[in-house]
Amino acid sequence: MESIENNSQVIIKDVWKLYGKDAKKVFSKKLMQETKAVIQEKTGCIVGMKNINLEIKKGEFYILMGLSGSGKSTLIRSLIRLVNTTKGNIIINGKNITKMNNEQLLHFRRDTFGMVFQHYGLLPHLTVLDNAAYGLKVKGIPKGERYAKAMQTLETVGLKGWEDYYPGSLSGGMQQRVGLARALANDPEILLMDEPFSGLDPLIRRQMQDELVELQEKLKKTIIFVTHDLHEALKLGDQIAILRDGEVVQVGTPEDIVTSPADEYVQQFVQDASPAKVLTAGSIMEEPSILTYAWEGPKTALTLIRANKRRAAFIVNKSRELLGVIREKELVSLLEQETKSKTIPMDSIKKVSTVTEDTLIEDLFSIITENPWPIPVVDEKNRFKGIVTTDHIFESLSPLGGE
Amino acid sequence: MFEFPETINLPLASVIDSIMDWLLLHLDGLFDFIGAIILHVVLALESLLLFVPWFIIILLIGLAGWKLLGKISTAIVFMTMMFIIGAFDYWDLAMRTLSLVIASVVFSLLIGLPTGIKMARSDRAQRILKPLLDAMQTMPSFVYLIPALMFFGMGKVPAMFATIIYAVPPVIRLTNVGIRTVDIEALEAAKAFGATPKQILFDVQLPLAKPSIMVGINQTTMMALAMVVIGSMIGAKGLGMEVLLAISRIEVGRGFEAGISIVFLAIIIDRITYSFSKKDK
Repeated sequence: MESIENNSQVIIKDVWKLYGKDAKKVFSKKLMQETKAVIQEKTGCIVGMKNINLEIKKGEFYILMGLSGSGKSTLIRSLIRLVNTTKGNIIINGKNITKMNNEQLLHFRRDTFGMVFQHYGLLPHLTVLDNAAYGLKVKGIPKGERYAKAMQTLETVGLKGWEDYYPGSLSGGMQQRVGLARALANDPEILLMDEPFSGLDPLIRRQMQDELVELQEKLKKTIIFVTHDLHEALKLGDQIAILRDGEVVQVGTPEDIVTSPADEYVQQFVQDASPAKVLTAGSIMEEPSILTYAWEGPKTALTLIRANKRRAAFIVNKSRELLGVIREKELVSLLEQETKSKTIPMDSIKKVSTVTEDTLIEDLFSIITENPWPIPVVDEKNRFKGIVTTDHIFESLSPLGGE
Repeated sequence: MFEFPETINLPLASVIDSIMDWLLLHLDGLFDFIGAIILHVVLALESLLLFVPWFIIILLIGLAGWKLLGKISTAIVFMTMMFIIGAFDYWDLAMRTLSLVIASVVFSLLIGLPTGIKMARSDRAQRILKPLLDAMQTMPSFVYLIPALMFFGMGKVPAMFATIIYAVPPVIRLTNVGIRTVDIEALEAAKAFGATPKQILFDVQLPLAKPSIMVGINQTTMMALAMVVIGSMIGAKGLGMEVLLAISRIEVGRGFEAGISIVFLAIIIDRITYSFSKKDK
């Protein structure tokens, strides 16, 4: 088994999958550059995956997106050899899985992966608990231990109290929770999810997506997630690979994909994507034109505000931590007081709601209407990074992907 | 007119005859051995069914009808049918027929289930077995009696041998179909979690194929009953023998009584085995 020095957990290298008897011909005839249709016409081989190269890092939420027939499901299946590739290497945790024998493969599947399926793939004759414990049963873990572990994961996915039911009596969303619990019970390093939410109602789907995001923050697994739904991809993914006709068309962050689609195909995908669901506060914010420091006096602040024709100013301390906002009228009344303070007193600084750089624009709407001033953007230590104004938000809402 | 030329002659019959001769000459011991096993099983079963008092058997059948089919009325109908068979004075013959059927079905399942599983797992096995099964089912059932007779002589054993060959195709077929139509994602899930082929078979394929397999067992049982009746022609004692005697002596009433008894047995066996395929959905 060869090992390769690389910090990626999953490396997919020059991978091909061809269906048909004369697969070798495709490589010998120098047809490798041709399109799927041409290859099929000339050799009779159907191209499932064509020269795919991807690298997935540990802890990444990686989306494989494409329409049906794009090879996304074939690709995710080839990672555990539910589909055997025709050519190329797939290296996971430094081990080349395309070269494993059956015995090694069984152990690798048991120890490294958990998989969730579109139609759940549950066993109807087993209870929810037995289904959730199935991966552990396969491993040969004794009953008591595997039930304890399965109970735990069922609780994680919110199915406590449903252990003794049969999958058939559960709703689709709940069945998929069982599927997720089964995958998590093994405590896998890599979670494979093949369109897990496609069969669910939109409302349940959104809820499951939110819960998955929450779960991922806790578990920090590597998740490889197949979908045909762009919104889902943009919402969940750290990285998105878009496939078409068995080829990778573009790889990038959600923002890369929507702001600079690689070709027309991707452009069509992102056309109807709402920017508010994709772009973040960080990408549209700007440096504030005025900023007051806490040690400056009220007079300086007032001059600054008036010079810039504003009504208020943000106040930060020495380490640029945001303290709040001070308004013009409060400064005026401060200056009219007898005891002239050299600095702005803390109790006249108004606390403000803040957002972080990765807050989605759609979540800014409610905040911007609360107050007359822009929304301050801060980092995790409350340090002031920039502001977002109503104008910024409106500008960002023009359709995506347009030139 | 144009007659088919007599000079063109395909001697298949004589080829088969000589194969039979060769088999009889060289594998005689094997057939004796197989025959002994079959006979042993069926005799044990027969003496059991004849040893248990009639009213207990009627009660057990009633209980089965009630528990498996869920209706008291069904149980009463079953018990009445069995009582009528007894009243026709065919109780012993019915028990003999029943033991032949049960023993044949047991052997059919022992052969049929593994064959069906093998067929489901290998496309090649399916390609070879499918035409063979078609042939076995379309062949007139009487044809099996001849080689059975030659291998095992007269009596229960050749009748059962012919019955097994005649009755085994449905369970093979439906086991195959049942396993092949198992939900692909359930199968992939088991594989993805690293299940071995054996774990996949027992945890996923067989349980999910169970309804289909049970229909196969039901059909196999019904065909076994039909064939056991025909098997009376080569000396298997039972209800079929009564029908045969009634025909040869043109005793309409007697034939009718025996016929009704067979029908009653058939209904009871059919309903009970069919209920297995319905249970747990």
